[in-house]
Amino acid sequence: MINKYRWWELCLIYTGMLIFLAFVLAPFVEAFKVSLRPLDGLFSIPYRFLDDDMTFAAYREMWTNVPNLLRYMVNSFFIACSVTVLALLCIVPAAYSFARFEYRGRDSMLGAFLAINMVGAAVLIIPLYKLMLTLGLLNSYASMIIPGAAFSVPTGIFLMRSYFLRIPKELEEAAYVDGASRLYTLWRVILPVSLPGMMVVAIATFITAYAQQFLFALTFNSRDELKPLPVGLYDFFGHQQVRWNELMAASLIGIAPVLIVYIFLQKYIVDGLTSGAVKE
Amino acid sequence: MSERADTYDATAADPDGGLSARIDWFPYLLLLPAFFLVATIVAWPLVETFRLSFTDASMRGEEFIGFENYVEIFDDDFTEVIQRTFIWMFASVGLKVLLGIFGAVLLNAAIPGRVIFRILVMPPWIVPIAIGVFMWGWMYNGQFGMISGLGQNIGILDGPFEFLGYQTSAFIATIVTDVWIGTPLVAIYLLAAMQSIPTELYEAAWTDGAGRFYRFRRITLPLIAPSVATMALLSAIWTFNSFDIIWILTEGGPRGATTTMIIDTYKTAISRFRYGEGAARAVMILICLSLFAACYLGLLSRLQKRGKA
Repeated sequence: MINKYRWWELCLIYTGMLIFLAFVLAPFVEAFKVSLRPLDGLFSIPYRFLDDDMTFAAYREMWTNVPNLLRYMVNSFFIACSVTVLALLCIVPAAYSFARFEYRGRDSMLGAFLAINMVGAAVLIIPLYKLMLTLGLLNSYASMIIPGAAFSVPTGIFLMRSYFLRIPKELEEAAYVDGASRLYTLWRVILPVSLPGMMVVAIATFITAYAQQFLFALTFNSRDELKPLPVGLYDFFGHQQVRWNELMAASLIGIAPVLIVYIFLQKYIVDGLTSGAVKE
Repeated sequence: MSERADTYDATAADPDGGLSARIDWFPYLLLLPAFFLVATIVAWPLVETFRLSFTDASMRGEEFIGFENYVEIFDDDFTEVIQRTFIWMFASVGLKVLLGIFGAVLLNAAIPGRVIFRILVMPPWIVPIAIGVFMWGWMYNGQFGMISGLGQNIGILDGPFEFLGYQTSAFIATIVTDVWIGTPLVAIYLLAAMQSIPTELYEAAWTDGAGRFYRFRRITLPLIAPSVATMALLSAIWTFNSFDIIWILTEGGPRGATTTMIIDTYKTAISRFRYGEGAARAVMILICLSLFAACYLGLLSRLQKRGKA
């Protein structure tokens, strides 16, 4: 009853949604349109949404014009996966420690992680560059994976900690009564039941790692065969006459994997994004 | 396990108890990997940035020069950069929050099709930032981009307009792109806050004859206010730190019109190899960030107090 809308309210809501979606989706639609145009046919005045000379040529030609395109995509995927694994290895035990134990310095350390979360990667780029140089990691996958993981650890700890807090402690107590050690309890009792939470954190970390691989790759890596997709495309198309149709085709192919992951897992993603926050 | 505390108390675990109880290393051990990674990649560079800011470090080496970098900063147009950064951030965050509330209200409406709407709003946040920015780069293209093209068709523009070629329009363009990327998250976050409001409140108000707008203003808005504040602050921190969008669209140009503190720092340190001067700029950023941090912690403790009362 309360949610019954009058006809003009419905009109208003749907109009609002359309405007909102137009803003959100316009660049995608436009990118798709551009990817379907021949390069010399791109520039038409007056502006039209549809043309009669549409072609999939750009999707074919980009593979030859951008020789390392496939490599960039594989790199992007590989880097994001590695970041996620490394980050989870750090996040899960730390979050468990913060959620379940009381010890000296716990709250201040939790606060330190919170504070560090605010420092953007670009602020620390100078010492990071020197660090990578000293460790001999410049121009390696590690230079993109390790910082990527480090900057996703604090957020992950907060998400995962709020998940652990929701698991009843009776589970551990029962295990201790049975004489299990704490490590065994964590490994065999807690981790299995917290798999869904770890999945959420893993997905959120992966998407962030995939979305934000630009700065480290731009600064720490100049080897073309190691570049992730965003930097590969940025460097390739930045240094010559921009072949917009191919750039857009490559961009759309590049975002397809995350969009597919998102469509299948969107419920978990949205839960993950909001769970640590709404609970207060 | 006779005591049932909220958490497992490591100091009470020792059966001998007392002040001389041995330290239980297990919880610290669990923290070790995260601690090691964050200490190496974030904490140490933080300290190193401070140290470097007092040197003239460059490719050639470094020497201690005291506060010279800081004095020099303000000789340039750095005050302008600070001003610009804050205008950029406030405009962007303000728009994100307004649009986010608008989006959350729409997403919350109980109408057919809202599931699809929820799926379709998220992509700007999901796709790699750089790729979203490439798309906007085309949209802003003066000759043939969508905005210029549509503007000419409708008759607002009387010729091609290169949005990234002029100072004011480039500044606005970077804000619009940042808002595009940031709004979905704000909307989803505020939607979650709206959905945690008990429906009884609305029903009671409805029985009393309160209209939809009145219920929004008197129930929804006050109850999501803490979430709005939290999100605005977080969003301010992220926007302040934002690098990719401006760098890809304009690299800080034209003629410095989109150079924020982050871009300025990167340019000085990485493009021009002046590590010391760059570090001093980075310290200025850290000072601004610690202001945000203070606000954030203050906000959190106020919210917690209110939650407990």
